[in-house]
Amino acid sequence: MYNFEYSRAKSVADAAKAASGDAEAKLLAGGMTLIPTLKQRLAKPTALIDLNGIADLAGIKRDGNNLVIGAMTRHAEVARSKDVKAVIPALAHLAEMIGDPAVRNRGTIGGSIANHDPAADYPAGVLGLNATVITNKRQIKADDFFTGMFATALQDGEIITAVSFPKPDKAGYMKFKNPASRYAIVGVFVAKTGNDVRVAVTGAGAGVFRAKDLESALTKSFLPTAVEGIKIAADGLNSDIHASAEYRAHLITVMAKRAVVACG
Amino acid sequence: MPSVSLTVNGRKVSAEVEQRTLLVQLLREKLGLTGTHVGCDTSQCGACVVHVDGTSIKSCTILAVQCEGTNVLTIEGLAQGDKLHPMQEAFREHHGLQCGFCTPGMVMSAVDLLKNNPKPSEREIREWLEGNICRCTGYHNIVKAIQAASQAGR
Ligand SMILES: Cc1cc2nc3c(=O)[nH]c(=O)nc-3n(C[C@H](O)[C@H](O)[C@H](O)COP(=O)(O)OP(=O)(O)OC[C@H]3O[C@@H](n4cnc5c(N)ncnc54)[C@H](O)[C@@H]3O)c2cc1C
Ligand code: FES
Ligand code: FES
Repeated sequence: MYNFEYSRAKSVADAAKAASGDAEAKLLAGGMTLIPTLKQRLAKPTALIDLNGIADLAGIKRDGNNLVIGAMTRHAEVARSKDVKAVIPALAHLAEMIGDPAVRNRGTIGGSIANHDPAADYPAGVLGLNATVITNKRQIKADDFFTGMFATALQDGEIITAVSFPKPDKAGYMKFKNPASRYAIVGVFVAKTGNDVRVAVTGAGAGVFRAKDLESALTKSFLPTAVEGIKIAADGLNSDIHASAEYRAHLITVMAKRAVVACG
Repeated sequence: MPSVSLTVNGRKVSAEVEQRTLLVQLLREKLGLTGTHVGCDTSQCGACVVHVDGTSIKSCTILAVQCEGTNVLTIEGLAQGDKLHPMQEAFREHHGLQCGFCTPGMVMSAVDLLKNNPKPSEREIREWLEGNICRCTGYHNIVKAIQAASQAGR
């Protein structure tokens, strides 16, 4: 690991100030992606700005029909939260399936979506639930937030403060795990709110995306059988030692069907 | 160089570290607590698991400077003098190890599991150990040891 400067921010304003003065600085949240990256010398930031001391970035609140989860809320906290289990149980289930207990004790929702790993779980929940990402500067709809592989709409130094999830009528998440890393080979999040059905897919492409064919089939009939005959095109999907593009395409339909079953 | 002050196994310690020094390096190299192991450089094996302020974390994936003011418990802090912690005793009794390299992390994870879930099912034990890799045992006796510790009221 190359060395860097380290500072502990006391507030979001404090962190924003430190970040705006140095384009090569990086925010440090749970460190579950950033520290392994530094250990491999794949990044060389001048400074790390630690968000762990900012108390008001962590925590889960109910705000009318929305669930607002602070950026520094750990995966373990979301997984066991009574509020999350009551309002969006599928989101608690998603958090419970991330990595392993020690990763869930540190990793945060803000870090996960800022990183936008193409195989990460939270991006599917955020896009599937039509959530809004709240930063220190603005609010960004999920449809505009994830822009490509490891890419988001965040500007340099912009800090996610929370994610606001509207309560769906029903939602379900299913992932086919990579047995070694536990990341998603394919993960599908399905949510139904009134007549609106959203299907978000992670693990299969360059980043999280919505599967429009599955959405229109489920809008007509919200049943597992409505999607089972749908063939997803393999063009442009990921192909690696874990799974071919064709296999991933097949898994999208299978996981979508199981996610609909999980909606109950 | 920054200095960091924290409590390790009940003892207050301070050390000079670099910003990039990991907690596990502080424990092993500065404090001589070599019970915490490093089994990988990808944050996947769990040999380095310790408790920071009561929760299990990977000490290879947190900076020492981030642990300022915290309370750290390592494998060396579990036994009371010569009396092993019941989880250590259960691992010995049920032969929950072969080479022993993964054992400190396994034991620290298992202690945290029973703190959160005193009577886990076999499946819950196996799922909890997703992040603790063992190359030797096939996990079977590790699971048995944790079940025994759970039945004995840890
Ligand atoms: C062994 C292992 C297994 C894992 N398995 C899974 C899995 O199955 N599924 C899964 O989804 N993930 C998995 N992860 C990743 C884990 O969920 C991470 O916690 C997550 O990807 C990053 O979150 P973090 O809080 O650790 O962020 P960090 O590593 O601290 O930061 C990641 C990036 O986000 C930026 N950032 C952090 N917070 C903010 C913010 N508030 N605003 C703006 N930018 C910010 C940082 O600057 C950095 O660039 C795994 C990780 C490990 C080590
Ligand atoms: S040394 Fe492997 S996870 Fe920490
Ligand atoms: S006993 Fe050898 S790695 Fe687990």
